[in-house]
Amino acid sequence: MSLTRLPSESAPAEREGAPRRSTLPPSEKRRRLRRQFSKENITKVLFVVPAALYIVLFFGYPIVKNVVMSLQDYTTKTFFTGEAPWVGLDNYITVVSSNLFWPSLTNTALFTIGSIIGQFVIGLALAAFFKRRFPLSNFLRSMLLLPWLLPLIVASATWRSILDQDSGILNRFLGTFGLDSVPWLTSPSVALTAVILVNIWVGIPFNVTILYGGLQDIPDELYEAGALDGATGWKAFWHITWPNLRPVVSVVLLLGVVYTLKVLDIILGLTNGGPANATQTLAIRSYQESFVNFEFGVGAAFSNILILISLLFAIIYLRANRRQVDE
Amino acid sequence: MAIVPVVLPHAAASRRRQKQNTRSAGYTALGIVFLAIMLFPVYWMINASLQPSGNTLTADIFPFNPSFAGYEKAIADQGGNLVTSLIISLGTVVLSLLIAAPAAYALAQFRFRWINVALLAIIISQMIPGIVIANALYAAYNDLGLLNSIPGLILADASHAIPFAILILRAFMIGIPPSIVEAARVDGAGLVRAFVSIVVPISRNSLITAGLFAFLFSWSDFLFALTLTTTDEVRPVTLGIYQYLGTQVSNWSAVMATAVLSSVPAIVLLILAQKYIAAGATGGAVK
Repeated sequence: MSLTRLPSESAPAEREGAPRRSTLPPSEKRRRLRRQFSKENITKVLFVVPAALYIVLFFGYPIVKNVVMSLQDYTTKTFFTGEAPWVGLDNYITVVSSNLFWPSLTNTALFTIGSIIGQFVIGLALAAFFKRRFPLSNFLRSMLLLPWLLPLIVASATWRSILDQDSGILNRFLGTFGLDSVPWLTSPSVALTAVILVNIWVGIPFNVTILYGGLQDIPDELYEAGALDGATGWKAFWHITWPNLRPVVSVVLLLGVVYTLKVLDIILGLTNGGPANATQTLAIRSYQESFVNFEFGVGAAFSNILILISLLFAIIYLRANRRQVDE
Repeated sequence: MAIVPVVLPHAAASRRRQKQNTRSAGYTALGIVFLAIMLFPVYWMINASLQPSGNTLTADIFPFNPSFAGYEKAIADQGGNLVTSLIISLGTVVLSLLIAAPAAYALAQFRFRWINVALLAIIISQMIPGIVIANALYAAYNDLGLLNSIPGLILADASHAIPFAILILRAFMIGIPPSIVEAARVDGAGLVRAFVSIVVPISRNSLITAGLFAFLFSWSDFLFALTLTTTDEVRPVTLGIYQYLGTQVSNWSAVMATAVLSSVPAIVLLILAQKYIAAGATGGAVK
């Protein structure tokens, strides 16, 4: 891939084999040094071997294995017989023709878009708020990270009690305004919205943190110069903040998409994909085909569709990131 | 959630100073309100865990008569699972740092030709959905006898931590002046010794950040706990909560007490190690 201009090129590392300055030793000593260097090259490689091995085994292998499994009839039987007959594209046909495919694709899109928009808008607003320096602002901002650091399954459990139709605090709160109680997690027409709301809550801290960093990087002089030209308030936002923040925005949004596509814990904890499959996504389908129905081939086919979509956004992300580095 | 006006109104500096005190007090108050809204679910979790009835229907807004029955049940049911999670998380920290630190140093300081390819692979690996890894590992673990084992979960959980740790550590190590290491080399230290006795101590802070996040990632892991265990033998607490959700939803105080106990590491680290957490939160993403 040609889009790999990463920050590394500014690495201050010494060039391999470049002549070493200072005390150049006599020729005999130099030869010994050279021998040491070639041995040293091996040592240098050994620094990365464990990581490389790990990445090959725990990221490379699963991708290949998923592609292979998706072409096989890979079920519980396979674990006893060791046989996984090749079935060509049958699993993909099963996936695409299953009546849960299009709903899960739509839900994935809605879940991702809804989560991203909510996280971003609230995250940007909070980041801008915390950019004004006031007493305790740093402390309050770092406490905001808590939802992001909690185990997602803890967030799910907590929200499940808050959203409970009969006894949850949210419906009791709405009730004090005379509003009817909402079947947040039990009605197929509301469940996806509820799951998105919880995921927005989880994602806000990440957005605040990155966007706050981006806002900090915009030089104050720009605002001072803008103020002289009459650009204040919203005008300053559109003409100064937004154009300068755009590289960071694209990174936040694209990373957000890639991370949201793979969300599983929250949905499993809140609704398990229900009610009436209203919160099925591609990731949930993949999990349930593999680990509930033990149809690993079909699960892998779902996974691969998920990977393809993620990869698309990953490539866009890397391009955006490169542009940001170049600028 | 309220939306605040996004940009500081740039009034003249003098006027600003005049109003600054009252205004900044107002901002602090507003900031506390925002934080309170955001952290309300965490408060509610703690509140519900202390309710005597075990049912949130009658839950007060404040635990006036705190009961620890939920915690008694949580510890009786899930105490072992908490210990399992702790062992797995500590193991993940050790494994991740052992693998990531040397690699990060190499990617920061050695001139390898394929360095960009390696970085690309690391960034992409962070984006691979966990379910893809779980799908493939289940079959492999089944053959290797790693299902329902602590080493198996440590190895899998490290997939959350290793790419992140490499990127965080490399971002720091890129700033280490090569001359420091060279000085030690002139004194006869080998590459490995120079790394252990010089690079590691200098990188202490970023190692702590990477280690803390490795711990939190592993502690929070649910997917691998769910897919790579099939029996009760090894059961991290996240899976314990999930099973509570399936069977115990009438006894909310026990569920919430377990949730509170599982939140302790995140809460404690956020308060005691704020500096390191903040460094990790910004470092991992846009580097």
